[in-house]
Amino acid sequence: MSSNKKYWKSVEELKDSSIVETLKQNEFVQEIPTDEFLGDKDTLEASSTTRRDFLKYVGFSTAAASLAACEGPVVKSIPYVVQPDRIVPGVANYYATTIANGFDFASVLVKTREGRPIKIENNTLAATNGHANARVNASVLDLYDSTRVQGPMKGGNAISWSDFDSETTQALNSLKDSGKQIVLLTQTYASPSTSKLVAEFTAKYGNVNHVVYDAVSESAALDAYQAKYGERGLANYDFSKAMTVVSVGADFLGDWQGGGFDSGYSKKRIPAHGKMSRHIQFESNMSISGANADKRVPLTPTQQKLVLAQLHSLIVGGSVNTNDLPAKIKEAVQKTASELIKAGSNGVVVTGIQDVNAQTVVLEINAKLGSKAFDPKTPIKTRQGNNKDVQTLIADMKAGKVGAVIMSGVNPMYTLPNANDFAEGLKNTTLSVAFTSKEDETAGLVQYIAAAPHYLESWGDVELKKGHFALMQPTIRPLFDTRQFQDTLLKWTGNAVALNEFIKTTWKESILNGGSYNQALHDGIFVSNNTATDVVSEEVEIDEVPSSNAARTLASSAKGTGVELTLYSKTGMGDGQQANNPWLQEFPDPITRTSWDNYLTVSKSDAEAWGIVNENDSTGALNGSYVTLNVNGSEALTVPAIIQPGQAKGTVGLAFGYGRTSGLKDEMKTGVNAFTLYNDFNTVQSVSIEPATGMHEFACVQLQNTLMGRGDIIKETTLEVFNTYDSQDHKHGWNKIPMVSLNHEETPVTSPEVDLWDEFDRSIGHHFNLSIDLNACTGCGSCVIACHAENNVPVVGKEEIRRSRDMHWLRIDRYYSSEDTFAEDDAKKEGFSGLFGDNGSLGGFGELEDPADNPQVAFQPVMCQHCNHAPCETVCPVAATAHGRQGQNHMAYNRCVGTRYCANNCPYKVRRFNWFLYNGNDEFDYHMNNDLGRMVINPDVTVRSRGVMEKCSMCIQKTQKTILDAKRDGREIKDGEFQTACSAACGNGAMIFGDINDKESKVAKLLKDDRMYHLLESVGTKPNVQYHTKVRNTKEA
Amino acid sequence: MKKSYQSLEVNSIYNMKQVIHRKLSSNYLRLSLIFLLTFSTSIFAQDGDPVVGKSLFNANCIACHKLDKKMTGPALRKVESRLADSEGLDREWFYKWIKNSAGLIKSGDAYANKIYNEYNGAAMSAFPTLTNADIDNILAYTATEPTVAPPPPGPIDGGGSSTSQEGGISNKLILGALGVLFALLAGALFLVNKTLRNFADAKGVALTETKRTPIWKAFVQNQFLIFVTVIGLLLASAYFVYGFFMQVGVNQGYQPVQPIHYSHRIHAGDNGIDCKYCHSSARVSKHSGIPSLNVCMNCHKSIYEVAPKTQAEGLAEYGVDYNAEIKELYKAVGWDDAEQKYTGKSSPVKWIQIHKLPDFAYFNHSQHVVVGGIECQTCHGPIEEMEIVSQHAPLTMGWCINCHRKTDVKVKDNAYYTKIHEQLSKKYGVENLTAAQMGGLECGKCHY
Repeated sequence: MSSNKKYWKSVEELKDSSIVETLKQNEFVQEIPTDEFLGDKDTLEASSTTRRDFLKYVGFSTAAASLAACEGPVVKSIPYVVQPDRIVPGVANYYATTIANGFDFASVLVKTREGRPIKIENNTLAATNGHANARVNASVLDLYDSTRVQGPMKGGNAISWSDFDSETTQALNSLKDSGKQIVLLTQTYASPSTSKLVAEFTAKYGNVNHVVYDAVSESAALDAYQAKYGERGLANYDFSKAMTVVSVGADFLGDWQGGGFDSGYSKKRIPAHGKMSRHIQFESNMSISGANADKRVPLTPTQQKLVLAQLHSLIVGGSVNTNDLPAKIKEAVQKTASELIKAGSNGVVVTGIQDVNAQTVVLEINAKLGSKAFDPKTPIKTRQGNNKDVQTLIADMKAGKVGAVIMSGVNPMYTLPNANDFAEGLKNTTLSVAFTSKEDETAGLVQYIAAAPHYLESWGDVELKKGHFALMQPTIRPLFDTRQFQDTLLKWTGNAVALNEFIKTTWKESILNGGSYNQALHDGIFVSNNTATDVVSEEVEIDEVPSSNAARTLASSAKGTGVELTLYSKTGMGDGQQANNPWLQEFPDPITRTSWDNYLTVSKSDAEAWGIVNENDSTGALNGSYVTLNVNGSEALTVPAIIQPGQAKGTVGLAFGYGRTSGLKDEMKTGVNAFTLYNDFNTVQSVSIEPATGMHEFACVQLQNTLMGRGDIIKETTLEVFNTYDSQDHKHGWNKIPMVSLNHEETPVTSPEVDLWDEFDRSIGHHFNLSIDLNACTGCGSCVIACHAENNVPVVGKEEIRRSRDMHWLRIDRYYSSEDTFAEDDAKKEGFSGLFGDNGSLGGFGELEDPADNPQVAFQPVMCQHCNHAPCETVCPVAATAHGRQGQNHMAYNRCVGTRYCANNCPYKVRRFNWFLYNGNDEFDYHMNNDLGRMVINPDVTVRSRGVMEKCSMCIQKTQKTILDAKRDGREIKDGEFQTACSAACGNGAMIFGDINDKESKVAKLLKDDRMYHLLESVGTKPNVQYHTKVRNTKEA
Repeated sequence: MKKSYQSLEVNSIYNMKQVIHRKLSSNYLRLSLIFLLTFSTSIFAQDGDPVVGKSLFNANCIACHKLDKKMTGPALRKVESRLADSEGLDREWFYKWIKNSAGLIKSGDAYANKIYNEYNGAAMSAFPTLTNADIDNILAYTATEPTVAPPPPGPIDGGGSSTSQEGGISNKLILGALGVLFALLAGALFLVNKTLRNFADAKGVALTETKRTPIWKAFVQNQFLIFVTVIGLLLASAYFVYGFFMQVGVNQGYQPVQPIHYSHRIHAGDNGIDCKYCHSSARVSKHSGIPSLNVCMNCHKSIYEVAPKTQAEGLAEYGVDYNAEIKELYKAVGWDDAEQKYTGKSSPVKWIQIHKLPDFAYFNHSQHVVVGGIECQTCHGPIEEMEIVSQHAPLTMGWCINCHRKTDVKVKDNAYYTKIHEQLSKKYGVENLTAAQMGGLECGKCHY
């Protein structure tokens, strides 16, 4: 039935306006710029190609393309003309070398395949400087950085090295007698041969000033040490010899004093014979060290000084005025002091306060305690920078006293707070050269960019600690037309000797003392028994002399105003020289679990006061308010803020290493530059904070921060309970086997009757297990990067991370307690009764989502658990994931059709889906999008394509390789031969991998350990990854 | 070859036959040479027996010297008369030089030092065991005139092609004749039919043509037949479609033309060189490896041309000039054959890969070749018969799996297997374990 009703669309229509009529005639409201789109109308009409022809062509080319696709491509194989002796295609070679980039120093083992380095591993022969941290593990990717400088440049144009040599030598010669300084501004090399070269260079040109500059300075600690022990170095601590560790503002598990202390620390964290070390941390930012501490006291940097002064007076004697300390902290300090006195030589105190008096106080306390952990004989040599020299240099440059500045391994335009002064000074020089591998902030202002090679292409040597020498050798020919700073010094001094020969001679003359150079090169490290080695070292004046009564001076200097900002370096980014490394950018910070950014960490109460909010948007991604930071003498900085549980009230934290502006891809230009606030090289600054408009988008990989009282995910107990009660004790049991109901009877989940599936016989052959000790894990993240490198894990970028599409096969979950301790969380949850009311679960669970102000923290590395009864396997419609006899859960990528059922059915959420093609895709312009970056790919592991699921394989390529090697040699496999990338990278002994069918193996014994439990054991998945209950040493002695 | 297959044995017999054949031919050559030599010695009447000298030369000198070509050492044709003329050296000098060249150099002999320096200080090894008579014989051999190479057997390829053309023509002729015959028959039948109809017309016989439903109509009307036919068609097309898709990416029989014609038939077959001599990384690596050119030069430094018969055979049967291919190798590796030294100008050979597994499948040669003790031919086919290598196996997963199901693991004398073999044989109640029983069918063993 039709209707004659007319519906007016607008009042205009009723009025019969002309607008309506015009609009009716036009299909589109706005004029479509067809002419613009199609080009010149005349040419178009003149073209002989009609629309029909066009369609014909399209049809034909589509058909032709699809036909052509049926033909396989012709693949060329090009062998060597002369094959090098030791290179066999398909077999990896290992070389020991040393990274020494001014921030990270470590002796490492480099895995090369077909002559290209693909992975960094720990050099087990050289346990002299801890293990390779996350940045060192990632450093192999820097070698294949497509933004590297590919040859020497002058004013933006490429020149040849011979031109470079002749021009610079001429300039240097003309400066020789001009009375102006020639300045070598370098990173800390700690290299005997480089020192010798600098001495020769000085002898030749006279008036040479070598300024060592550390981006993140340890000058105060160096001065204090030099004043007390007469040698410039950093105090060396071996935490494996300490039972009571007290840290005042020192993140010694992070980058404090060059890092590398965590291996020793972890050794004493595993309870043995009822004992483990006790760790007390006084700090303002939540650091990795604080997260691992048994007792953590949040306080401001000013209060830290007072704490240290009070500790000194309580242990060493003398009186200090610490009236400004709150009573609660005072009490904590007194208890700490009594614990330290009780521990005696088993105790140790460290501090990160950049104050020569604070550092002196610590040295005095440790001397008084007679601390075994402190070894004055082997000071650490890997920081030698001197703040005063750097400031003098800038003043001299501005005054025009400097004729030439030759920089190597430094980027002052980025790392100096007064970079503008430096730039001004640079204009007054007649010669400026930067040895750099990037066109970085500084390189843009110098006359000559001398392209420097990566450390994997270089020769060198390092004195890591006194008497501990490491060698650096190239593992690949230079990829580009680069030359080392040391090589150029040889050229400038007219020395025709090759650098490696020069190093060899230096070593033979003054280090080896008759030892074999080849052996040292093979081992990567040489420990000199002769402590009086005759190594050239440059004399450095003490910058600041500590006062005779350091503690009192320290206490009286403790005056903070306003909000106190503590600058720190992140595990993932360090001083920022690796900012173009996508692995590190995507590496989630161990504490905040946020990648691709730095941010201001603020405490919850301060955030409320300043109106800072952190909220999750509709996709769950984290957003945070911006604030403006004002520091005296610096430009205001707008930074996003993140609410950090454990941040001391009245303090904020900001990480170095971000906010780089040149020499890197746009995607990597993340965060803000904290170095601009680093006035007087002091990590503590007074700031004022104002809220700014807008919300920042964070890429945070963990949005659930608490355990919600689910104590079975991270089982933990105290040392007292652990020592007193049996793990299965009815009331106090701390690692009870979960019970499930079978025929209305409580039955242990491990008993065979409750199993849905029949047990498969795994007693024959190998059966792999990975053990993770939650006590030894510090959360450092080396394993995460090692896994990336070994398994070709793609980088997805910030936007994808925000959509929770991160691809990390191995994640380290970090949980905060909601109450003061996790135990109280559990108790609170157990105490819920009903939905509403004071003990109601509705409100209660809401409260449990909020972390406490000073929470307990726990780290838990989680990867595929390789369940013997895997939920993922049963739901795969195409049997792409299946179980192997050796305990590994296999994933056949070529079989996967991408239903993602497995990921949904996985209780551990460890499966990762390739939403996109991450290699060779311009949308993901990271290392896998260029030929150079793809050189890092491990040829033994498939590069996954779009639409398939992937996950941890328990490094099956490595276990298979070990088995094959043994088969070929016709021998049995020894314990310790089987390794995964993560277990090999873990220098802390937290991850042990092996075969549990070998009853003598470590991992088989760990399986029987009282502390052993499986993640979500009650589900009955029977994983092949073991966890070991975390034990906290909470008893105050 | 411990466990060779039926076909392989046949191959080896065939090879042996060939080898014997070759020996015979070389005997003929040798006989004719001897004949020529005896003839020539009668001209150059000298003390010393060139026939004995030749065998001595072949035993002791040939590694470094040729008669007409400079190699590691100088060419030796008529060396005695040459040196006697130019340097005034007598046979005594030769005795000294051959027996102890280093001593002669040390003694300060002018020419000894000159030749020593000319060959970059490569000293000639001393032959103290050779008697003066032996040296006489060798020198007699070096004094012989070069034999004129017998003319190569006439161009066979022309003849070959003409015979094949003849075959083509005869076939066509037969076909044509048959065609004509059939046409005639059809014409005859048509004429007969027409004639008969004419007769019938003439006689007034009415030809009653019964109206029958045409067969296609009957077919259309029979629904059952249609149903069966459709099913049949569907099945048939499914079969072909499946077959088509299953062969996508399977390159069995792929036989690309390589940049240098390398004959596995000659190297692995006739000469019996072990596969792993060139493909040495098969012993330790996942890749068997294409040998680098320096491996080729281990032999081809002295083998600068093939035997005339091989050359003729190559030209005739494969249209390949083997000697030219060796020159190609020299060009690639940068070897100056005349000067006997490397020029340093090399250009790597871009071989075309034949066997290619997809990236997601892991295969390790050393696992199969060393641990499993599998012959190369098991997967690569009769390589020693292939003039140009082609892909023998389909290299599909089914093919891998079938072999894993059938092949016993070589557990003997391998300490790695001792324990697992004992346990598994107890479990399965068998003495020999297949790769499948060892876990060789698990996805993750090859896909990661």
